[in-house]
Amino acid sequence: MTTTPAARISPDLLEPSGSRGRRRRGGLFMPRRATNSRLLAGWARHAITIAVLVVMLYPVVWMIDASFKPDAQIGSTLLPFQGPFTLENYADGLNPTSTLNFGLYFFNSFVLAILAVIGNVVACTLTGYAFARLNFPFKKTLFAVLMGTLLLPYQVTIVPQYILFNELGWLNTYLPLVVPKFLATDAFFVFLTVQFIRGLPRELDEAARLDGAGDWGIFRRIIVPLLGPAIATTAMFTFIATWNDFLGPRLYLSNTALYTVPQGLVQFVDSTGQSSIGTLFAMATLSITPLVGFFLASQRLLTQGIATTGLK
Amino acid sequence: MSQLVADLVSVENDEGAAPGGRAIPPRSAAQKRRRRKETLSAYAFLSPWLLGLLAIVLGPMLASLYLSFTRYDLIGTPEFIGLDNYVRMLFEDPRFYRTVGVTAMYTLISVPAILIFSLLLAMFLNRGIRFLGIYRALFYLPSLLGGSVAIAVLWLQVFGSEGIFNAVLALVGIDGPSWIGSPSYALLTVIALSVWTFGSTMVIFLAGLRQIPDTYYEAASLDGASKFRQFLSITLPHLTPVIFFNGLLTIVNALQSFTPAYVISGGTGQPADSLLLYTVYLYLRGFVDFQMGYASALAWGLLLALAAITALLFWSTRFWVFYGEDS
Repeated sequence: MTTTPAARISPDLLEPSGSRGRRRRGGLFMPRRATNSRLLAGWARHAITIAVLVVMLYPVVWMIDASFKPDAQIGSTLLPFQGPFTLENYADGLNPTSTLNFGLYFFNSFVLAILAVIGNVVACTLTGYAFARLNFPFKKTLFAVLMGTLLLPYQVTIVPQYILFNELGWLNTYLPLVVPKFLATDAFFVFLTVQFIRGLPRELDEAARLDGAGDWGIFRRIIVPLLGPAIATTAMFTFIATWNDFLGPRLYLSNTALYTVPQGLVQFVDSTGQSSIGTLFAMATLSITPLVGFFLASQRLLTQGIATTGLK
Repeated sequence: MSQLVADLVSVENDEGAAPGGRAIPPRSAAQKRRRRKETLSAYAFLSPWLLGLLAIVLGPMLASLYLSFTRYDLIGTPEFIGLDNYVRMLFEDPRFYRTVGVTAMYTLISVPAILIFSLLLAMFLNRGIRFLGIYRALFYLPSLLGGSVAIAVLWLQVFGSEGIFNAVLALVGIDGPSWIGSPSYALLTVIALSVWTFGSTMVIFLAGLRQIPDTYYEAASLDGASKFRQFLSITLPHLTPVIFFNGLLTIVNALQSFTPAYVISGGTGQPADSLLLYTVYLYLRGFVDFQMGYASALAWGLLLALAAITALLFWSTRFWVFYGEDS
């Protein structure tokens, strides 16, 4: 149950970095001189870009700011970073009540996301290696099936999956959310890995084979150590998708002790409405912190990953 | 960028196959043995995926096809009722047409808006602007956050009657309604949320723009072609595979969007079913009313629609997608 449906992909991560250089169009023929009008045009360009960004990001900044204000002050001003500052919303939010326990939800979300990451990384690299390097009967057919499942909307399988997991007695466990990851059902990441391995030189495999390595040895010793970028991309997008996933936990987890953060937020809105909005924003802000943290830590990888894979 | 397209269009050209791999029959016993060994180990590597494919993807897919011809509420056994679910869907369920209408409106507005907006910004940013990396990253940030409940909850506030959107409107003297509470505007707020996440699409366009060789533009400006002419004759044709890719992706995403509409409508699709996206309706029928048979029929309706749209898009590529002189 991915929040991000599985249709995306593309070319190889190994695009020669030379072609990524910044373009200076016309530079060869028209040496640039910093004339006044050109300088002005440059500034205008930055001004427009920044204006669009401010409009886009304003709501998020406003929310973060509101999470540090007493409820009575929220909405009193549109300009952030004014008025009293308090951490009370965070303390209130993390303080367990009879209906809500955000500390636990954050822990649950982390456990779930980490398990999903491990599952996807292990299963998708194994599958990707077979498709990229080995020959076997029905390979073309199976690869076609893999590509077909990429575009399969999750709604088609959601009802029988629910029935299946219900029959297995897996409701109110993390199994329905984790086991599919260990079975490489996120076809997108399999495809990503296949593409990446196809870009690795085969000479390495052949040299290892001459040295007596089997398929497992080649996978383990040659391929996996070179898969860094593909594994990092898989891990990061799996973490983000699992962390944000609401529908999956909503379906399978009704025991509040197992709730994830998105469920906690919805529960909070349902139970308190707009009455303690500061606390709600504090928890919402806290819930996007890992995403923003990931984003800052690996900005390069993320935007390159998206450019080459098209994943959201 | 066209690798996905190429792979989807012709999976037969699977370059993973070793040169001459299966075409030449094995000559010696040793070769045969080696091939058998390779097959065995390949299927060992594939076993998790194969199990998942059968048990979690294909099996449930067929099960859902069967269930769509039954009445089933999780208790007892499914009761076969033939085409009743489909008849009900098409002729007896006004909410079905409502959800199709809402989903179509959502898709038809958000997809072009995302594509146009992200292409314009990508072209705007592509002209050797300084700090491109930082700008690109900041534009991308909402794509990470857009599907989260946190942002949906924020949207509830922003477009509520006391929200900051109305506070901004009040600055220019407009007294705005509760946008999320209004049947005419609620869907627009969810569309706004999806357009807000245009950054991922823009990043793909940026990567596509960089693949176009500079020399084309240099030659064109030597020949005196205007900027607009260059856009029409160089940029647009070279970008068509990326436009196709992004278009397909955005449509598929739009048809599967769930969380924002669910949270903003309080899990109901209200007001007046204006947020009743197809996914939300399917959820309500399947997991609130426990009409598993009817929900399965809805799911197959979606699958058929998506298959038709995808097939139409792929078919249309021959008329407008340009794969370069060399292919």
